[in-house]
Amino acid sequence: MDKKNRTYIRVAILGVLLAALVFAVYTSFVKDPNAVKVGREAPNFSLEQLNGSAVTLSDYRGKGVILNFWGTWCEPCKKEMPDLQRQYEAYKDKGLVVLGVNIGESPVTVEPFTKQFGITFPILMDKQSEITKLYRIVPIPSTFFIDPDGKVKEIFLGPLNEDMITEKVAKILPK
Amino acid sequence: MQLVQLSDWLLDIAFVLYVLASIVFVVAMTGKNWAGRDPKQHELKYGRIAYWLALIGFIAQTGYVVFRWVAGGHSPTSNMFEFMAFLDYCIILAYLIIYRIYKLTVIGAFVLPLGVIMLAYSYVFPKEITPLIPALQSYWLHIHVTTAALGEGILAVGFAAGLMYLVRTVPQDVATKSTYWLEIVLAVVMMLAGFIGMESTFSRLDHKTVFELSKEQLNFQGEMEKMKVEYTLPAIVAPEGSKIVQAGPMAPLFTAPSWMEGKDAARKLNTMIWSVISGLVLYGALRLILRKRLGAAMQPAVKDIDPELIDEISYRAISIGYPVFTLGALIFAMIWAEEAWGRFWGWDPKEVWALIVWLFYSAYLHLRLSRGWIGAKSAWMSVIGFVIILITLVVVNLVIAGLHSYAGV
Amino acid sequence: MDQIKCKCGHANPVGTMLCESCGRPLELEIKGEASFPDMRYEGMARRSQTYSRTIIDRIWNYFSSVKVAIGIIVILLVASAIGTVFPQQQYIPVPAPTEPDVARFYTDTYGKLGTIYYTLGFHNMYSSWWFVTLLVALGTSLVICSLDRVVPLYKALSKPRVNQHKSFLKGQKFYGEAELSPETDTAALVEAASAALRKRGYRIFRNDQAMMAEKGRFSRWGPYINHIGLIIFLLGVLLRNVPGFYLDEFVWVREGQTVAIPDTPYYVKNVQYHTEYWKEEEMAQELDLKGGAIVKSYQTDAILYLNKNADLPGSTPDLVEIKSGPIVVNHPMEHEGLALYQTGVQEMQLGALNFVLVDKKAGNKEVGPIKLDLYNVSAEQQVAEGVKVRVLDYFPDFVMGKDGKPATQTNLPKNPMFALEVVSEEDNTSEKLVYLSGSVITGKEDSRYTLDFKMPDLIDISGLMVRKDKAVPLIYFGSFIFMVGVAMGFFWQHRRIWLQFHGTRVMLAGHTNKNWYGLKQEAGSMIEQVKLPITIEDKSKA
Repeated sequence: MDKKNRTYIRVAILGVLLAALVFAVYTSFVKDPNAVKVGREAPNFSLEQLNGSAVTLSDYRGKGVILNFWGTWCEPCKKEMPDLQRQYEAYKDKGLVVLGVNIGESPVTVEPFTKQFGITFPILMDKQSEITKLYRIVPIPSTFFIDPDGKVKEIFLGPLNEDMITEKVAKILPK
Repeated sequence: MQLVQLSDWLLDIAFVLYVLASIVFVVAMTGKNWAGRDPKQHELKYGRIAYWLALIGFIAQTGYVVFRWVAGGHSPTSNMFEFMAFLDYCIILAYLIIYRIYKLTVIGAFVLPLGVIMLAYSYVFPKEITPLIPALQSYWLHIHVTTAALGEGILAVGFAAGLMYLVRTVPQDVATKSTYWLEIVLAVVMMLAGFIGMESTFSRLDHKTVFELSKEQLNFQGEMEKMKVEYTLPAIVAPEGSKIVQAGPMAPLFTAPSWMEGKDAARKLNTMIWSVISGLVLYGALRLILRKRLGAAMQPAVKDIDPELIDEISYRAISIGYPVFTLGALIFAMIWAEEAWGRFWGWDPKEVWALIVWLFYSAYLHLRLSRGWIGAKSAWMSVIGFVIILITLVVVNLVIAGLHSYAGV
Repeated sequence: MDQIKCKCGHANPVGTMLCESCGRPLELEIKGEASFPDMRYEGMARRSQTYSRTIIDRIWNYFSSVKVAIGIIVILLVASAIGTVFPQQQYIPVPAPTEPDVARFYTDTYGKLGTIYYTLGFHNMYSSWWFVTLLVALGTSLVICSLDRVVPLYKALSKPRVNQHKSFLKGQKFYGEAELSPETDTAALVEAASAALRKRGYRIFRNDQAMMAEKGRFSRWGPYINHIGLIIFLLGVLLRNVPGFYLDEFVWVREGQTVAIPDTPYYVKNVQYHTEYWKEEEMAQELDLKGGAIVKSYQTDAILYLNKNADLPGSTPDLVEIKSGPIVVNHPMEHEGLALYQTGVQEMQLGALNFVLVDKKAGNKEVGPIKLDLYNVSAEQQVAEGVKVRVLDYFPDFVMGKDGKPATQTNLPKNPMFALEVVSEEDNTSEKLVYLSGSVITGKEDSRYTLDFKMPDLIDISGLMVRKDKAVPLIYFGSFIFMVGVAMGFFWQHRRIWLQFHGTRVMLAGHTNKNWYGLKQEAGSMIEQVKLPITIEDKSKA
């Protein structure tokens, strides 16, 4: 056989095998291709608020969004609630929205809680934990900072304090 | 009810016939040089008797399989007793097939005793026919387990022929690494025999030791109660953090390490220790009586057999058993797993060990076909291969808990 | 330069064992009779032996070696075995949600060895990058080894040589020769031998002075076909990693509940769950179950829906029923590659609390029933004409917080606590009641209302596994091809018998890739039939 030809065939076959290797190793590291990641667009969703009206994430394009997943049973969530509320009040005129997604609790549990903390930002009721699963929430609180283009700027797992929120909010406020 | 009893009797008859066949086979091989005999005639005559005994035993065991299947409504492969008895059935079947091809008496002299040990081993487990739990209610239970057992049975004949090859060819005039390892293999066989002897003796004597664990579990009345573990054998190892409720023939010497899985871990370890001890005692006694290595004692009986022929038999058995094993233990297993659990492969310990067996025999075949590993090297590999099968069947079930754990000893 | 010249003048590529032109064993001249060329590839040069100049050629040559393939198999085998020493992370028996929990599990349960096991990453061995690399290396070896051998083997087998070189025949393990009387009709002998072998299924190639009989050539392709099967299998495994090819989810569904199946547009409803036990009369034998029972079936009657409104998660679903029926272990509900498996159950869970409101002031008169659905609490319900009950607060899993205020530990109703307000419209009074762990606490000493307990609603929660695996057909197909290949290779053998006459000398040689016993029997019966004066010498290689 022609020597050049032979080399080409070998290069082609080895190339395919190398591609298979790269793909296999890559996917062994990336377990969940659908997971929400920094830099990617935040998956859109629609949920009912505590007061009954529906809210869609994409309605808030052009605003900075803090998407916070929480539950009344979670102590750290309780702790960061007042901080989120204060930040919301401070920046809501500058284009900040805080969306608190409650994970699978009933309104009779959530309502007294929000009253107790004086929360005025929208509380979204994820009754079936659908959105919680969509965002692959494991520990709570988990907080997503979404910029005006709808892209995830930062994901924070665990409780936030006021300084941290201020610093992160600066990154997502509309210019 | 009658059917169950009938099937039990048939199995007992098969067992007795296999024991008799083993004895006659040994006589056929060792008695050749007795005074006043024509060696060829002797081997032929006794070999034929032994073959017929084995065949009738096989027919009896077929009766057992059929009647138990009818009585239970499912193939007798659903618990450890049924599986080991069925594996034994497959070993004898594989033997009969290989014998029809090669007509060599000596094969029976090695395979039948193996068959006796396997069947005796199955007797150690609870024998009741239990209705199938939901996980086992699938026709794949019959297809997967029977095919896998058949593959393993044929591979077991490959092991017996490999062992025969080693006994025939390893030079016994000086002690070498080969003689040493051959003795170890024979000692392990003794341990299996020792375990069966101990277990059946003590279960009749009823010298139970009962431990109470610190862990609690829900009983059937819905109350929490302390877990209890019953030892049939005298206790050498106690479960961790336990106290004796009913003392046995001896006080335990030490406690099992805490990382051993499950409530029965210590009991299994205890059984293992007794098996090793009794096997070594058995082996030691035989050495004392024979005053030479076991391999050396066995060699004269097989010295006029063509080693190349046994090598081919071993290879033939493995090359037939390998596809059957692949089909039963891997491919059918994958199809069932896909239907039952929605994944054809889940790296469950039992699955992994089936894969290990397969990889090992793949290596065997490549070494043999491509690197010219025939004769002794190949025979050693057939022995190791069967040891891996035994690990898969016994150790994985009894020591590593997983999706496949049957109620074990 | 890269060639071996045969005595006949033909130049063969390096690695050739039997001259391509005349069939003379080439190595014979160098090493002597003892090292007769092996017959694996019919003495042809494997392609990789031919050249090794560039890096590409070297990599190719590396993977074309069976020694390397066996090395990979052995490493895989040892690694797989190590992975079963302690359970893999997916099989650890206690919940360990975070990485430190996992680490702690191995250290606490298995001590120092467990720590080492975890540190080396053996708890996730089968998805580790190096294990995956090994699998790909095995695939690479399969592809290259096969290509490297199948082409020359095909060339050699497709033009069988009737006139093999004398030294080729002499070198065979199965060989015999004899002197014939000068008046023997050799052509008739060839004819007779051909006829005898043809009857046994051999294909005959012949001329007047020589014959070659061949049978089961196709079995030589067995190894390559089974390797192709394995390559297809591995390809299937690789494909499962492509997004959309594989889905693995789990949902808990209460009786009566309809839930979304994550990452799919489907919803599933649990209509009813049922565990059945074997009855005594169904058993083949009387068993001592110590008061227990053996489960006969776990069954969820389910309905599968498609959500037409799935583009926007969370929005009100628009459900269309697709399929309904039972889901039983071993019998999943299937729809277009999606399958739902019965995998778990939590039985007799609290679903709703039932009470009767009692008016103590009216001589313990029953006012009306109250139902508190623990999963969907209504804020207010009418108990009787003019009497309402409001839920002021609900803690599904009550605990007294550190701050002295009531709180809930989880969002699951394990220990429900309700704060209720009974409003009587006729006299415009209200009274508070608290329900907690089976007792009622009233706000005032001389309260008017109290609650009588009724049997709570108990429900079963069914655990369904949801799987989709589009690669499965490919994997089954690969397995099937593999089985065809091994069956071809192992259950049939390639047998050849050569018969040659050189003047008055007759030479007979035979070769098979396995089962020499069978070959000897066939050749032997042919010799007998044709009455050739040949005895086969038994050249033991051992």
